[in-house]
Amino acid sequence: MVSIEIDGKKIQARDGALVIEAADDAGVYIPRFCYHKKLSIAANCRMCLIEVEKAAKPLPACATPVTDGMVIFTKSPKAIDAQKGVMEFLLINHPLDCPICDQGGECELQDIAMGYGSDVSKFTEKKRVVKDKNLGPLIATDMTRCIHCTRCVRFGAEVAGVRELGATGRGEHTEIGTYITSNVSSEMSGNVIDLCPVGALTSKPFRFSARAWELVERDTIAPHDCIGSNLKVHVCNGREVVRVVPRENEAINETWISDRDRFSYEALYSDDRLKTPMLKENGAWREVDWETALQAVIVGINKTITDSGADRVGALAAPTSTLEELYLMQKLMRQMGVNNIDHRLRQLDFSDQQQAPVFPWLGQPINNLENNNAVLLIGSNVRKDQPIAAHRLRKAGVRGSKIMTLNAVDYDFYMPIMAKIITSPMDYKHQLAGIAKALLAQTKQPAPNGFEKLVSKVKITASHQAIASALVEGSVSSVLLGPQAINHPEASTLRMLAQLITLLSQSQLGYLSEAGNSVGAWMAGMLPHRVAGGKDADKTGLNALEMLHKGLRAYVLLGVEPEIESAESVIASRALNDADFVVSLTSFSSEAMRQYADVMLPIAPFAETSATFINAEGQWQSVAGVVPPLGETRPAWKVLRVLGNLFGCSGFDYITSDDVLTEVKQLTKDCQTDNTVVWCCPAPITTNSNADILVRIAEVQMYAGDSLQRRAQALQNTHDADFAAIRINKACAKKFGLKDGVKATAAQNGTEITLPVVVDDNVSDNSVLIHCGLRDSAALSTDFTPISIRPV
Amino acid sequence: MRTTKLEKKPVEVVNNSDLMLISKQSYAAIDKWIAKYHPENRQAAVIPALHIVQEENGGHLTIALMDELALYLNMPTIAVYEVASFYSMFEHKPIGKHKVSICTNISCMLRGSEEIVEHLKKKFAINLGETTTDGKFTVKEVECLGACVGAPMCLIGREYHEYLTPEKIDAILEKLE
Ligand code: SF4
Ligand code: FES
Ligand code: FES
Repeated sequence: MVSIEIDGKKIQARDGALVIEAADDAGVYIPRFCYHKKLSIAANCRMCLIEVEKAAKPLPACATPVTDGMVIFTKSPKAIDAQKGVMEFLLINHPLDCPICDQGGECELQDIAMGYGSDVSKFTEKKRVVKDKNLGPLIATDMTRCIHCTRCVRFGAEVAGVRELGATGRGEHTEIGTYITSNVSSEMSGNVIDLCPVGALTSKPFRFSARAWELVERDTIAPHDCIGSNLKVHVCNGREVVRVVPRENEAINETWISDRDRFSYEALYSDDRLKTPMLKENGAWREVDWETALQAVIVGINKTITDSGADRVGALAAPTSTLEELYLMQKLMRQMGVNNIDHRLRQLDFSDQQQAPVFPWLGQPINNLENNNAVLLIGSNVRKDQPIAAHRLRKAGVRGSKIMTLNAVDYDFYMPIMAKIITSPMDYKHQLAGIAKALLAQTKQPAPNGFEKLVSKVKITASHQAIASALVEGSVSSVLLGPQAINHPEASTLRMLAQLITLLSQSQLGYLSEAGNSVGAWMAGMLPHRVAGGKDADKTGLNALEMLHKGLRAYVLLGVEPEIESAESVIASRALNDADFVVSLTSFSSEAMRQYADVMLPIAPFAETSATFINAEGQWQSVAGVVPPLGETRPAWKVLRVLGNLFGCSGFDYITSDDVLTEVKQLTKDCQTDNTVVWCCPAPITTNSNADILVRIAEVQMYAGDSLQRRAQALQNTHDADFAAIRINKACAKKFGLKDGVKATAAQNGTEITLPVVVDDNVSDNSVLIHCGLRDSAALSTDFTPISIRPV
Repeated sequence: MRTTKLEKKPVEVVNNSDLMLISKQSYAAIDKWIAKYHPENRQAAVIPALHIVQEENGGHLTIALMDELALYLNMPTIAVYEVASFYSMFEHKPIGKHKVSICTNISCMLRGSEEIVEHLKKKFAINLGETTTDGKFTVKEVECLGACVGAPMCLIGREYHEYLTPEKIDAILEKLE
């Protein structure tokens, strides 16, 4: 620590801190444009000039480290004079078009000009004009307003990991842009909107819809990925969400959010938003009041139970639902004798669910990801799945940590990758077994029961050795299972092998689970075999896949569209259409849902309901609703409460959602989780006999994960919202006679689909990537099962 | 199955089929420059490399050439664009046979560069940055070339010409083929 004096105030500052940091900590404001605490120092705007005793000239506070005894004046005549001079320069070319600028009212340039600008400019020359750039559907540009602080450029290079924007040209001709016409493709690109101190980069969907001072800012949590980024929602007129920005939380999302979390709010006002309860009578839909709709639910469910029994009823919920909703749904179902309860719609292998941890979690705090020295990612496209986790891992990677992957697609992670194994999903287990075998040899530890036999045929490769050593050497290391491993048809084997690897290398096993409340769903007991708090259920019901395969008589849906969200979309669609009674608690009504549902109850989506989400690190985050529910919509926890009472169930007299939360907290208070499960030797791994079998990689398309994202227009217009296609590498395309851009037919389990072919050499051999979560690809059957492809 | 093991700081292994616009000879010349720096700092060779590529292409750069170079030097394309658009010795469209770069920076300006510029504009009936219709001359304005002592000055090809007057520059241009 050093002692310094700022404006007469004596303070202690960290050795090596910059003057601007010390001043910020001491609550002394220094104007700035280019400085940002999360970015490198550029010191190019010069707005932060200050006077330092004994220094001949004013110094930039953002690039001057403190020294012991330093005496700083931020508001002395000399400092103010320098700051005003800089301001004058900055305004020479600035258009001063605040009345038509979206940033007006929340603009750093405007604010600082109020303090340091002068009324009249000495410059009479013409101002420069810069042609606008088209950066894609998310970011609007007015480049004439740019003051060249380069925050956006540094963000790309340092945080997003991809340098797309740059400062081209020189002097007066400098321009910020991509130079060539191209959209920015980073999944975190929206952050430059917040970073830009002026109105050069603003939100395109928000454009011209409100003034900053008309908006009220409220707190919420992003429901999409398992990170649970903290958000601030900007509300207009007390009822409409018009914009979403990050809420700083150093432990979770720092100052950033993903584009998904930023722009998904658009779905709240999509055309197919369900605003009133609807009832189908004789095949025709009509709007009804809540009472009629709820009565129809009571009659429908009771009839099914009486006619066919409670075991012919099933409940499916989206893992993006709130904790309160999930808890009440399973409570209601169980009281009515229904045990077929699940939220794992994309899962294929349930064989080890009894041994599963109380809730599969990240195994560490989110911010610890960046402290890892070695990380093995299995079946994970972390950059697109959980952009914030990718950012943490990138920090580790850039620091020199060894990031390694086992994937079916050679994703570009925008970070240094030490080793990668790109192979068909069917081959994952061989690769993991190889790594485990290499570890056994390296660590000379005894093999667990049956393992020798299991891997006798598996050969250790150089990659296995490299990955094994990296994990052993790393003092902090992790093996992370992504959605493509969790939802793999052999997930239990992968899990077992991954666990063995972590035990041998003393690393942490973690899950990068799919959705915002996957952990919450496990906690709440939205499972066929466990009740809230991870305790075994008295009677184990059917899991999501069985429920759809068996074709139940009635289904209760909470925020899900199983016809695209299930691993078996075709079977799901058939089961729902064949059922006698389907009630959907939903925020949106789709064509398909109108087909299979009998009652649709409009429930409040994210932002319209109080909610608790538990993220991958096990953090409970509760927020209030930020806007009132649209139309006749009601928060789902209230709907479930009323249903509980109408069904005559006990314990449904909650007054607030807090009462529900308190109850869940009480039930889960002793919950301890540990991802390690008891070793149970998987079936022997033969040499890869099915090497020639083509399998489908069923990755969920980046913006198709849940019903909100799928309806967020701007996100759907981005590059990441890939259209449904048959993506295959060059060699395979040649083998099957396929051509890029030409249509082909994919057949799987008696189902067929015709889609354009995209030749993509990042796809591994013997596999084909057909994104799921899309209506256009939902007609194809089981995820991951062998598939055949032929030209049309 | 494909597996790769990369060193700690990965240098993308460039697939030869991606490199086709720049000739082998030029790559050999670029490699000499790359060899002067630490292997992790290939990109330090970007300026000489751009010169080599520009010369081979008859005096100007194209996006495709810069992209190829970016790949070879393991740098983001935008970073190559930044360098190539910053320095005035790099051209982005075809230029005339002789490039006359007139310094208009402070010393030259004080010593009469404006007069030279006006003279040339009138003489060729073109604006700065343009090429004569016969494709012989391109006249452009550049920043200080470090020859202030002989201001006003210009650069033609690889030669500096100092203490310019309208008559002197006429005489110089006269001699050019
Ligand atoms: S666009 Fe905005 S953030 Fe980027 S350099 Fe210009 S002013 Fe700074
Ligand atoms: S904030 Fe210090 S120079 Fe820009
Ligand atoms: S100002 Fe012209 S050479 Fe320096």
